[in-house]
Amino acid sequence: MLRYIIRRLFALIPVILVLTFIVFTILSMTPGDATTIILGSDYTPELGAKLRAQLGLDRSLIVQYFHYLTNLIQGNFGTSYVTGAPVLEQLRPRLANTACIVAPAMLLCVSFGIPIGIRSATKPNSFFSQCTMVFGLMGVSMPIFWLGLLLILFFSVNLGWLPSSGLDQGVKSLILPSVTLGFNYMANIMRTTRSSMMEAIRQDFIRTARAKGVSEHDVIYDHALGNALMPTITIIGMDVGTLLGGVVLTETVFSIPGMGRLLVEAINQRDTPCVLGTLVIMAICVAVSNLIVDLIYAYIDPRIRAQYGAKARKA
Amino acid sequence: MEATASAKPFTTKKEFYAQFKKKSVTHELWLRFLKNKTAVIGLVIFCIILAVAVAAPWITSYDDVVVKMNIAERLQPPGAAHWLGTDELGRDILARIVYGARVSLLIGFSAIIVSLMVGLVLGGTAGYYGGKIDSLIMRGMDVFLCLPDVLLALAIIAAFGNTKVNLTIAIGLAFSPKFSRVVRSAVMGVRDNEYIEAARSIGALDKRIIASHVLPNCIGPIIVQVTLYVANAILTIAALSFIGLGIQPPTPEWGNMLASGRTYMRDFPHIVLAPGMAIFFTILALNLLGDGLRDTLDPRLKH
Repeated sequence: MLRYIIRRLFALIPVILVLTFIVFTILSMTPGDATTIILGSDYTPELGAKLRAQLGLDRSLIVQYFHYLTNLIQGNFGTSYVTGAPVLEQLRPRLANTACIVAPAMLLCVSFGIPIGIRSATKPNSFFSQCTMVFGLMGVSMPIFWLGLLLILFFSVNLGWLPSSGLDQGVKSLILPSVTLGFNYMANIMRTTRSSMMEAIRQDFIRTARAKGVSEHDVIYDHALGNALMPTITIIGMDVGTLLGGVVLTETVFSIPGMGRLLVEAINQRDTPCVLGTLVIMAICVAVSNLIVDLIYAYIDPRIRAQYGAKARKA
Repeated sequence: MEATASAKPFTTKKEFYAQFKKKSVTHELWLRFLKNKTAVIGLVIFCIILAVAVAAPWITSYDDVVVKMNIAERLQPPGAAHWLGTDELGRDILARIVYGARVSLLIGFSAIIVSLMVGLVLGGTAGYYGGKIDSLIMRGMDVFLCLPDVLLALAIIAAFGNTKVNLTIAIGLAFSPKFSRVVRSAVMGVRDNEYIEAARSIGALDKRIIASHVLPNCIGPIIVQVTLYVANAILTIAALSFIGLGIQPPTPEWGNMLASGRTYMRDFPHIVLAPGMAIFFTILALNLLGDGLRDTLDPRLKH
């Protein structure tokens, strides 16, 4: 297992390299000059040229990229064009705020999505199951920014129970953003669990287990669930990326100073180092969570464990 | 001919043979699709939205109703004069939603055409040839998949600015890694069939095999994905416009209508209800249609 983890960690390096290169290249194509943004009304051609040399913007793209990369490896994300502060210092508190809404959202998805999906699959023609299907379909069709606005209208404006923006009221102010962020994904996870569970229940080994006289509870949770969870875990892993995309919207709706807001502000102010830093951090989060999903896969599925075991023996 | 022709002996050769003729594949698929009630509902809703979008210029005037400010009538609740009320600048919300549909559908479909083209080329090549080409292309796509599609679109917009064309390309490119995977797996499912081998053994070139044997046989899953991804693309446009980086006002778009209405929603909730409904029903219709098409075109997946 350890060998597998190490190998996967090494495989992460080229991914991050290529990723930073792509983002770096896209953003370096920004028309206009960074120096005009930094200098603003003080801009003169001489000052601009001086600053350009100072920032290394007069060198070729590849040189600039390697320069950026060397700094990145040392944990230096560059300096913001707008505030002049190191990007990492700006990112750190924002990252913490974002984590505060992503973690409960994930928890919500998994702890409601999976059990509801299982229950809905075991009694496919029940009223409960029909309700979950309608609910699931509505969930995946609901634009999360609209859901956020509706929740604010209902719970903050009409009922006055929960704050409509910011993070200054502790747990209370986390409820609406996490529900907003998690709703789509909960619906998605529920639908996936339901359909893969229904697929698993129809298989022969389930009939065998029932024929042996295994209790219905054990059939579902021991025999079927282990096989049905694979697609769900894939969806959970893939959704981390979508979840981070949703963070941008949720933070806009609830005015939360997180990574997503920072990204939008940076794009509006054409603060390229900040945009780059935010995107790189988000991409690394996704890559790492994909790694974790693969590890969970290997842990749950003996076939995958056997596969990399065999490969390790061959090598 | 009379309607009771079947009871009479056949008079012409054509009629005689007609009774042995099988229904065409498309016709059979259509009949199967019609049995799926939710899918038909999706198709109907979508057709209505599409028809409204196409007919928009005949319904209201863009210059006089959709973009022209009318402060005297601002923030009116829904009523006889304005069915869905007016927004903060006194513009009729219904008219703006109708014109917003044009923007969303146009960019949504064009973006998916962009990703379809990229996906067909990259995914098709990877799936058909396999081996090193496959792993090279797919590793590259895996890297792109680490960047959430909204963020990839944001990066492209940050670099090139947010014109309609850039938005289309940004969203199209952002979805193309996922599309490539879909096309690749569809092509791989078809590639090893015997009729492909037969075509190759009579000396058909790759070009011809791909165009006339491989692609027609993997069109099913691709159509399903197109439907579902158009929904996603429309959602992305609305999302980008909502955060102020997509379609810019005064051009009506559902996302930017929500964004500008937000400030007034405490006292005038109608201003955010209607555009959100428009997005919701469009996405719902496309999801229903996509699910229905999947059940029709790929019955193995049916639950």
